[in-house]
Formats: sequence, C-alpha cells, structure tokens
Amino acid sequence: MSFTLEGRTGPWEIVVGLEVHAQVISKAKLFSGAATAFGAEPNSQVSFVDAAFPGMLPVINRECVAQAVRTGLGLAAEINLESRFDRKNYFYADLPAGYQISQYQMPIVGQGSVEIVLEDCSVRHIGVTRLHLEQDAGKSFHDRDPALSYIDLNRAGVALMEIVSEPDIRSPEEAGAYLRKLRSILRYLGTCDGNMDEGSMRADVNVSVRKAGESFRTRCEVKNVNSIRFVMHAIEAEARRQIEVWEDGGQVEQETRLYDPSRGITRSMRSKEDAHDYRYFPDPDLLPLVLDPAWVERLKSDLPELPDAKRSRFMRDYGIPAYDAGVLTVDQAVADYFEIVAKGRDARLASNWVTGNLFAAMNETGKSIDDAPVPATHLGQLLDLIADGTINGRIAKDVFEAMVESGEAPEAIVEARGLRQLTDTRAIDTAIAQVLDANADKVAEYKSGKEKLFGFFVGQAMKATGGKANPAAVNEALKRALS
Amino acid sequence: MSLCDLSLAEVRDGLRRRDFTSVDITTACLDAIAELNPKLNAFVTVTGERALEQAAAADRRLAADEVAPLLGVPLAIKDLFCTAGVRTTAGSKILGPFVPPYESTVTANLLRDGAVFLGKANLDEFAMGSSNMTSAYGAVVNPWTRRGDNAQLVPGGSSGGSAAAVAARLAPGATATDTGGSIRQPASFCGIAGIKPTYGRCSRWGIVAFASSLDQAGPMGRTVRDCAIMLASMAGHDPKDSTSAEVPVPDFEAACERGVRGLRIGVPREYRSDAMAPEIEAMWQQGLTWLREQGATLVDVSLPHTKYALATYYIVAPAEASSNLARYDGVRFGLRREGADLQELYENTRAAGFGDEVRRRVLIGTYVLSAGYYDAYYLRAQKLRALILRDFTEAFTKVDALVTPTAPTAAFAMGEKMDDPVTMYLNDIFTVPANMAGIPGLSVPAGLDVSGLPLGLQVLGKPFDEETVFAVGGAIERSANFSTLPSLRAGALS
Repeated sequence: MSFTLEGRTGPWEIVVGLEVHAQVISKAKLFSGAATAFGAEPNSQVSFVDAAFPGMLPVINRECVAQAVRTGLGLAAEINLESRFDRKNYFYADLPAGYQISQYQMPIVGQGSVEIVLEDCSVRHIGVTRLHLEQDAGKSFHDRDPALSYIDLNRAGVALMEIVSEPDIRSPEEAGAYLRKLRSILRYLGTCDGNMDEGSMRADVNVSVRKAGESFRTRCEVKNVNSIRFVMHAIEAEARRQIEVWEDGGQVEQETRLYDPSRGITRSMRSKEDAHDYRYFPDPDLLPLVLDPAWVERLKSDLPELPDAKRSRFMRDYGIPAYDAGVLTVDQAVADYFEIVAKGRDARLASNWVTGNLFAAMNETGKSIDDAPVPATHLGQLLDLIADGTINGRIAKDVFEAMVESGEAPEAIVEARGLRQLTDTRAIDTAIAQVLDANADKVAEYKSGKEKLFGFFVGQAMKATGGKANPAAVNEALKRALS
Repeated sequence: MSLCDLSLAEVRDGLRRRDFTSVDITTACLDAIAELNPKLNAFVTVTGERALEQAAAADRRLAADEVAPLLGVPLAIKDLFCTAGVRTTAGSKILGPFVPPYESTVTANLLRDGAVFLGKANLDEFAMGSSNMTSAYGAVVNPWTRRGDNAQLVPGGSSGGSAAAVAARLAPGATATDTGGSIRQPASFCGIAGIKPTYGRCSRWGIVAFASSLDQAGPMGRTVRDCAIMLASMAGHDPKDSTSAEVPVPDFEAACERGVRGLRIGVPREYRSDAMAPEIEAMWQQGLTWLREQGATLVDVSLPHTKYALATYYIVAPAEASSNLARYDGVRFGLRREGADLQELYENTRAAGFGDEVRRRVLIGTYVLSAGYYDAYYLRAQKLRALILRDFTEAFTKVDALVTPTAPTAAFAMGEKMDDPVTMYLNDIFTVPANMAGIPGLSVPAGLDVSGLPLGLQVLGKPFDEETVFAVGGAIERSANFSTLPSLRAGALS
C-alpha cells in the first residue's frame, strides 16, 4: 500500500531524494593537517591552508579518501578509480578561499544502493546516485552583536561526504528508514559518527508531489535539516504546501527552502533566479585522484560485516525472527553484545533479554550500549543460571535489576541474597501443605471440579517459597497433593 | 670592477676562496640599491639589516669551511614569494601590510642553501602584466635606454623588478615567476638570462597564486650558469604542493657546458610571422647559425596550434585568477574597507585593493567560467591546451630542443602599448605556449637591436629536461658573448 497525502482533488504521491552531508571521521581535515575535534575553542583548529592565506595549497588527506572508499563499498557502490576535485566559487565570510573544493563532475563513488526495512517488514531498495568528497565551510554567528558577525573556522576544511540518493523515497517513513539505515552503515564502517545534533550528519531534502502515474513535477530543496524526525516532518510539511499550491491552480517554483521546526513549516530561502552561479572548474592545485585497484581491494577485504549481512546471519545462525535480527543489528555494539550473550546459549532467550530487559535498563539509566548497565558476560552468566536451574525466570528479573544497581555478577547476587531455586521437595511439600491448609474452602471447590484454581495454588505456593521454588516441581507436588 | 659586476658563480667561488666576504658583497649590493633603486624602483622592500645579519652568519659558516651551494650569495626575491617576517605585497594594495608568518618553499630552499636576501623585488600586480606598469608600488624602469634617446623603457613583466635588479647589478641573481612569460620576457628586455623550469619542478607553496596550472618559479641571472646554480637550489619535490613533481634534481650547472654537438634543434615554422621585426628574425637566424656551427642539426618543425595559444592563455589564466583572488576579501588579512554589510565590505575592499589590470582579468575569468559560457570558453580552451601540448610532444619526438625568439619586440617605452590591453598581451605570444604545455623555457641574451637594446632567444625543452635547455642556452651564450652593460650601469661606471 503506497503512501499518499489527501488533497482536495484526491490523493497525491510524494517523491523525495536526500542529499546527506556526512562528516568524515578523520583526525585531520580534508586538505590540511588541522584537527577536527568537536567543541574546540573557536578558531583553534585552523591552519593557514584552512584560512586561505596567500600561497597556501591543499594536499589531499589519504585517510579521508580511504573513508570515502569504505563508505562507497559499504553502499555497494562503484568506486571510481579516477575522480577529480573542482572549485565551487562563491563569496561568504565563512568560506575563506572564496571557493569550496568539491567533486562536481567526477565523484569518487558512483551508483550504489541502501536496503530499508519498513514497519510492516517490507523491504525497499533506495538508489544512491553518487558520493563525493568536499570541504565544509566555517560557521557564522550573526546573533552575538548587532553590527558584527562572528566567524569560527574550526569546521572550515573538514571533510564531508555528500551522499546523494535517487528520488526513490515515497514517504516520510521511508526517508526516516533510509537515514537510519545510512547512519547505521556509516557507524558500522566507522566513517561518520552520524551525530546529527553535533552537525556531523545533515540532510538536504528534495521534495515534489505528483498524481499517481505522472512523471516528476517541480521539486524544492529543503536545506540543512538536522534530525531524522525533522526530515520526516519537513517532507510532509513541504509536500502539503506544494499540494496546496498545485490545487490552488498555482505553480510550484524550483527554489531552496528552510524548515522551521518550531512552526512546522518550510519557508523560502532563495529562488531559482537568485541561485548562485558557482562557476565550477577543476581545481588546478590538485591532481586527479587516482586510486590503486589493489588498495581498494584491501579496503574491501578489511570491511566489517555490515547490518544487512549481519541481520541475515543472525536469522540463519541464531534462528531469531527478522524483526529482532533487525533491531539487534542497527548498532554494531548491540550486535556484538548480543553475540556474546547468545554464544552457546538459547539465542531466542538472549535476544529477548537484550531487546527487552537490557534496552529497558538502558532507557532507565540513560546509558549507552558502550557503557552498558550490565556487561554482556554478566547477562550471559544470568542466562546460564536460568538454564542450569539455579534460579527461575522470575527471580532472574530481580537478579537482573540487582545487577543494574550494584554492577555485581549474577552468581554473587544469587548467593548473597539466597535466591537459589528451591528444588528440595520436602520444603516444597511443606509449603504446599501450608497453602492447602489455609485454603481448605478452595481445595474443596477444586475437588468439586473448579480446576482453574490450580493456578491459584501454584501462585500461593510460589509466594510461600519467596518465589524461589522451581515452578515445575511445584506443579508436580501440587498435582500429587491434590489428587 | 666592483663586486657587483661579478656573476653569481663568481660570487659563490670568490666567497669560497675568501677573496671577499658575504658582508662585502652584500654591502656592495645594498650600496648599489641605495644609489640606483630610487631611479629603477626595482625593489618594493629592501631588507638591509636582515641581509647583513644573514651575510655575517654566512661568513661565520664560510670561516668554518662549511660548504653550501649558495652560502653567502645575495639575492633579490620577487615580491610574490611569501617571506616569513618580511612584508609581501604581490605588487598589490590589497595585501596591505601583510607579513607572512611562513616562508615559501622555494625561498626556504634558498635559505637552506645559504643565500642572503636583499629585499623584495617589484612586479606587476599579482604578476599580471608584461611591463611592470601594473604594480601598485610604481613602475620599474629598465636600466637600458635606446641609443640617443632618454625615454624610460619598461623592463618587461611581470618579474620586472627582478630583471632590472639583476641587469643593473643590484643583485647577482633573483627569484622570479613565470605564468605566461614573466621570467623570459623581462630577461629578454633587460639583457639577462632567465628560465621557467618545467611545471612541477619548483614548489608553488608560499608563492602568491596567479594561475595555478601555469605558475612556475624560476631564477634570473646574468648568465645561463647562474640560472642553473640557482635553479638547483630552488627546485625539488615538495609534499606541500600536490603538483610538484617527485623527480630528482640533476646537476644543472654541469649541463651548461655540455655543448650541442649531435643535438637536433627544432625551428617551429609557426613562430615566424610577418609582424615580427626584421632584426628579431635576423637575431633568430644568427642564433640558429651559431648552434649549427657548434655541431647541432637544425630541423624544421610544426606546432600547428600555436596560433591559438595566446587566446587560450587569456581564458585559462584569468579563469584561475578570478578564483585564486577571491580570498582577498578583507575578512582575514590584508586591506579592509568596511561597508554596511558583507557585500559592501567585499566591494569596498576589492575596489580599493585591486588595480585595473587585475580587475580586468578577474572580470574576464568570472565571465568565461559562468554558466552558459563555460563550454564555449573554458572547456574549449582546455581542449586547445591539450592540443598545444600534443604539438610539443610530437615535435620532441623529432628534436631535442626548440629555439625561438623570446619576445616579438625589444623593450618598449613606458606609456606605449598601454591604451589597448590586447597589444600588450601580444608581447607574450612566444612565451605563453611553454606555460600551456608545462615545458621548460630559457631566455638567453643574444644581441642588440639597432637602437642598442638587448634581444633574447628562447630555448624550449622536453618536460624535466632542463639540462638540454641549459646546454643549448650555454652554447648560444658562448657564441653571442653578450657583454654590453645596460646604459644606466655603463653610465654609472664610466
């Protein structure tokens, strides 16, 4: 069932393409040795190259190239063994050279694809048109002084990958799924940290609408949206605006717009007429970027297992459902955690504990998987205690809570608190006898045919043992006592 | 005979023999500068105190028997090279009082080899010009004048200050740069030698950029050997310049003595034009005869795309310049003229900072890169550039070097050719192709025209075969035995 928005004239399809700017993980900038750490003092990570001093020249950073190639490989894309850097010319105070070095005509990575899985478990492939390397600009602050702008060049020259999708996305949900999947792949590869709130991943969103069966109508570009949620909102807001324009008999004009999250609308930034003429031309300071095929092969063989492959393997090797496998593989650290827990144990149980109790504990404590509230080895030990009958499942939940609180190993907690499962039949028999004595009326009811009361007796017996009794043993003993 | 009259090789050798000290020769140069620079305006900045300190340091090293290729040799530095702690203007007002906190690779190499810097030599603004008339720091005067005529002549450009300083014996050698002829044409106009090496031979790091794909540093000296000595120090791979070539630096000085026996010298027929002055044509023939007499074989070659070189150059160079000069915006360094908003700041700063020729080229460059014009101009120019290179590549399968005139005229008077920029641009007609193709080109003084002005011959070589270029240049130099002093210096000494 395809997604549509309802207008006065009937349903409209939306067509979306995304341009994602992903900051490359690299110690140094794309063309200079300056550092790239986030949150440094303004203008403390600026070389003379970044500030475009006279006579300064760019030199490509090999690690940034490797990161772009890894990303291309991770997107199952063609790697262009020869690419080129061009200058994109425009004047702005935070663009020191008056041009941005980018790849216009010959990007380093060509066509690829991203597989997304939607809520209903359907799978779609979103085409990637290209990936190219470019420099980031600096940052302008216009709100600190009534007359002056403040410029921070720490970002100037930082390597970005611009990842351009085909206009294959048909709903806000798909856009969200695409961005989450892309972010997951980038994080697996270690090529971008994907932190949208720090600006290391941002999206330009191209939106148009059309009636079913039509070819594309005019699109608008919503610039610099900095969260997945806002991207999804911006798409819907912009699509609704365009539908209104078309339905009012107007024409959607190609233009650049901005999303205002506080008002939930997009507004015009500049029209096509005001668009810059960037006067692209090959940067004469840089030679064409030529990659050694053997080097690319080496990078390829060193790639980690990526989310799709991992998900398939989890389903195959651990026999867990597609949905669980998907959840467990979004984040590599979660997947690694799961594998430690699941190894040699009941994998479905492991999956339930990770996606259930562990995720809940992470939410409650605000901790991330890297700093998990319970180490994977401890959770594995807990599962072992269940498996060998030392504790039952209910007690295990209490033990887990204690583990989150104290950080201690499950065995120690079980011992210290005397939570070992009661398998001594005499003690169970004693407890059952007490329960039956105290509930003689119910015993009579049971015996006269109200068999549903069996569960009540189990519950009472468990309670009487402080929950420690082996439920199977209680069942058996009860049956015997009541027969 | 003053110390100033010594060639760079003689200065180097004399210092090693302790015939005189670096302070002696540096003082002699500084005295000559003090005397003649007011007339010539060859230097924008003279760093006398610093030069004497460097000379004294060199003398201590010489006294300790240290050997370095240029130990104690004073040089003039074209003011396009960034020099740490010394104001660098690029001949423009827009850099304001800019003092680079870094040393260009080429000048750092020279300092490494023991050179002493006398100061920064005048030049056309951002190296854009063929007359040195576009400098924001005033025109440079050619030390030569026509016989019986006191009219001031231009030294050529853009390295006019370097050329005038070397010709007038203010310095035994100078650094220069050549984007379309800026070393060779002023060398020809001033009766000295100068080589634009192969693109990539010298690092461009720290040289204020004009047109990045064409700019190349090179030396100017009074002899071919002097150029060879300097180039050996200036050249070398630099990881900070991606276009600098990873090739070894051979013994250029030794190559000057190789001779031309057995070499095949190409004579490109397209360089012959009706517009060429008969005496330039005669000089060319004379040079070719000398080479034949010394054992070279002359071969007629064709460079069919030569006629497009100038037009192509005047698209590519301004295009790159328009982008390279965008950084002079008043925001981070140099001149700043405030405005009501950012746009006005740009407009005010650039209007106050750039001269007419620079503005003209920025406008041309912006135009040829604009949407809708790019394919017709820039892209076609790039295609032609490839064809020009192919012409040379094919010619060099038949010959070892080419010999042509350096410029279509001798030095012209100030004010001449100023009304029409195109006439001025035509002066680069023989020099531009080497930049388009990236090949080395040397100008060597070959004789005088009827009015007593020097004329140069140009030797073009294969990429990274400066050795053959020096060999051919050395042979021409020996036959020409060019020894006439420039009028100014002849007068000063008489």
